[in-house]
Amino acid sequence: MDNRQKEINNLKDYKYGFSTDIENIQAPKGLNEDVIKFISNIKKEPEWMLEFRLKAFERFKVLKEPNWQKPKFPKIDYQDLYYYSAPKSMKDKPKSLDELDPKLLETYKKLGIPLQEQARLNGIAVDAVFDSVSVATTFKDELTKQGIIFCPISEAIQSHPELVKKYLGSVIPTSDHFFATLNSAVFTDGSFVYIPEGVRCPMELSTYFRINASNTGQFERTLIIADKGSYVSYLEGCTAPMRDENQLHAANVELIALDDAEIKYSTVQNWYPGDQDGKGGIYNFVTKRGLCKGKNSKISWTQVETGSAITWKYPSCILKGDNSVGEFYSIAITNNHQKADTGTKMIHLGKNTKSKIISKGISAGSSDMTYRGLVDISSKAKNSTNYTQCDSLLMGNKCGAHTVPYIKNKNSESNIAHEATTSKISEEQLHYCQQRGLNPEEAVGLIVNGFCKEVLQQLPMEFAVEAQKLVGISLEGSVG
Amino acid sequence: MKEQLQKDFDNSIKNLSLSQKDIEIKKFCLDNFIDKGFPNKKEEDWKFSDLNQIIKNNIGELSFYNDQASTNKVDTSVFVDGLEHNKIVFINGRIEKIDFEYEKKDQIEIIDQSETINEFQNSNSLSDLNNAFTNKCFKILVKKGYQLAKPLIIYHTTNSKIWSKNINLRLNFELDKDSSLRLIDLFNDASEKNFLNIFYNLKLKENAVLKNYKVDKFENKNIKYSFNNIDQDKNSISETFILSSGSNFSKNEINCNLNGVYASAFVNGVFSLNNDKHHEIRSIINHLTENTKSYQLIKSVLEQSSKAVYQGKIFVNSDAQKTDGYQLSKAILLNKESEFNAKPELEIYADDVKCSHGSASGSLNEDSIFYLMSRGLSYQQSRELLINGFLLDVVEKITDSEIKNLIKNMLGIKE
Repeated sequence: MDNRQKEINNLKDYKYGFSTDIENIQAPKGLNEDVIKFISNIKKEPEWMLEFRLKAFERFKVLKEPNWQKPKFPKIDYQDLYYYSAPKSMKDKPKSLDELDPKLLETYKKLGIPLQEQARLNGIAVDAVFDSVSVATTFKDELTKQGIIFCPISEAIQSHPELVKKYLGSVIPTSDHFFATLNSAVFTDGSFVYIPEGVRCPMELSTYFRINASNTGQFERTLIIADKGSYVSYLEGCTAPMRDENQLHAANVELIALDDAEIKYSTVQNWYPGDQDGKGGIYNFVTKRGLCKGKNSKISWTQVETGSAITWKYPSCILKGDNSVGEFYSIAITNNHQKADTGTKMIHLGKNTKSKIISKGISAGSSDMTYRGLVDISSKAKNSTNYTQCDSLLMGNKCGAHTVPYIKNKNSESNIAHEATTSKISEEQLHYCQQRGLNPEEAVGLIVNGFCKEVLQQLPMEFAVEAQKLVGISLEGSVG
Repeated sequence: MKEQLQKDFDNSIKNLSLSQKDIEIKKFCLDNFIDKGFPNKKEEDWKFSDLNQIIKNNIGELSFYNDQASTNKVDTSVFVDGLEHNKIVFINGRIEKIDFEYEKKDQIEIIDQSETINEFQNSNSLSDLNNAFTNKCFKILVKKGYQLAKPLIIYHTTNSKIWSKNINLRLNFELDKDSSLRLIDLFNDASEKNFLNIFYNLKLKENAVLKNYKVDKFENKNIKYSFNNIDQDKNSISETFILSSGSNFSKNEINCNLNGVYASAFVNGVFSLNNDKHHEIRSIINHLTENTKSYQLIKSVLEQSSKAVYQGKIFVNSDAQKTDGYQLSKAILLNKESEFNAKPELEIYADDVKCSHGSASGSLNEDSIFYLMSRGLSYQQSRELLINGFLLDVVEKITDSEIKNLIKNMLGIKE
């Protein structure tokens, strides 16, 4: 058995499925004003933050859970969830890693994310979020030298209130849709990034999300601001323990790019997908939205979605500044009973704006996958272009692959091109690979990786290798 | 609107000799419609065309009762010249004439089916409205092995006697084994501000061939909705061509069920719109068994503040292996105010399929205009040449040469 095969066998089961036995502080079960006050209080938030939350909660009370999506799920009892859960040791925030609970360090080591800087991942600064709190942020000093702020959002609310106040909710307002509003009311932690004018962030910034406690919803909030002429590349990774019940993850991510700034946001999402019969797994209902506020700004989303029982998200770009660029690269893989309804929205408002969408969907087993996207060119967005390509690959006749693009063009000087294909892996390709000594599974892995290459190329090096492996593992058992 | 509906309904029932059971069914449909009202943009299928709003803005209050006691004089000047054809003439929604003069009388049967109710899979409130108010419905049966010698033209004519009226009509067609029919729907309106609600149910048996051409060319201020439900058995072929141009608002829906192996469906359409017209084509092709094929091509040329919408869906059932589905929509926007919306959708549950769709919209290619102008054409000529060429692509898909020429003439396209 060669090394690759061994590796695959080792990983056959969800390798991040362990849970850490750690003492927690939890908010009382349920959703009400007291719980929101509890969260705000424990985080020692200023008055305006609590107001922000309560305003969102008021709005949330009148909203109804949407049900237009393709993957249906049993009704979530929002009163049966814990909205805050944190390791007890985090109550008084440890000042350095030496004071951090060894159990937490151990957990992240097991996940392959060492928090000690001597064992650091090359050139990546990590913010580790465990359930509802951020436990550690690495490389802070080095970043501070350049004026870059990279810290948990709860900390930013205390130390940089003027920035948070100005930008929080400016892309995803408190009056947005159901899950986004819920997040605004109860969000617990997440990352905050501010890149000052003209700074090119010297390393990749990364957040690692981990759901540990059971019966808990994770509601994190990420806010990234790239000031004029700056650049940042941000990575996000996620895992969760294997549990029989479904867990909710409803995050909000806001990106703001000012004049000439560029934000590159990459996600490798590997939440627990449930077992082979579709029991358990994470509901990943995330709102991600980027605003190209300034001229010549650029926001690029790259996502590799392999985990979660249900993935339901549309990372979007609002191209407001003239000459701004939005990009979306996605690979979504569903196997067994996983379901995904994902895609993007490109809203063209400024002149000469450009967007590009490359989406690759692969469904196997009894899974179901939908690409749903919107390209909207407003009447003022002169000379704008969009190019969309969505390809789907089906394996077996129990799965489904759907494409639902919405295309709106209100400007005669703009061009939109959209194409989509659906097919299966051809017998010829498989035959060719097997003839050269690959076993069927390796052959499929190779072909699928080739199918996804356009998107994988967009990922930063360290992630690309991981993602490539993930693609192979996710399709385990879907052939032969 | 509710009282108006109720009153008009009672009036139209009075003049019909219906059994108690039929009246109850019609009443049930009416209640359904009162409950739901006209479709609005909250419904996914009407997202881009809010019919409720359009009727409000263009017509205001509608009335639903049509006095069908007196006959209308058939105006022969609307008939198509230079093409021998069979005729069905509707005037203000009333059938005035059915004439199959070129055909063998025993091969075509016309059956009165006024009591039967439409039951479509994805019915909206308009099918309820249609069921409640349609008072005469015929089924045209083409018998086994008979192929009509001449095309059948259905004239949908309205005259200035009606105003702010809703007209409902329904026709059923059945093409038995090995038969064929060429069917042209020709709209000719001298009235204003009416809402036409048309339902066709077409059944194609083994090896049957149906060619349906819907031509809405003449300028008018009416609002039209037309729904074609096509069921196809083994080896049958359906071809639908839609020329969408004349009315203020028009929505054509095609729902095609490919039930038998080797059945194929073609849907082609042209939008040629100006002023503030708003037209839509929505097609749903259901591939329900293996080895079926569908092909769709929709092109739009949009001037002034006109708006075109194309919603196309290819559905492939898990049994429908070896499906071949293709869909392409293209639009040229000629004015700042014009708008094109598309939702080309694929819903696929089988793996051994070949399905693709494409959609493109944009302005007229300046490079092409420059090329033509550098060869001595004026700007206007180059523009016309390019637009004609763009639309000709779809017209050339028409497989019947007689009708192809007829439509080319109507569009003013010369080769």
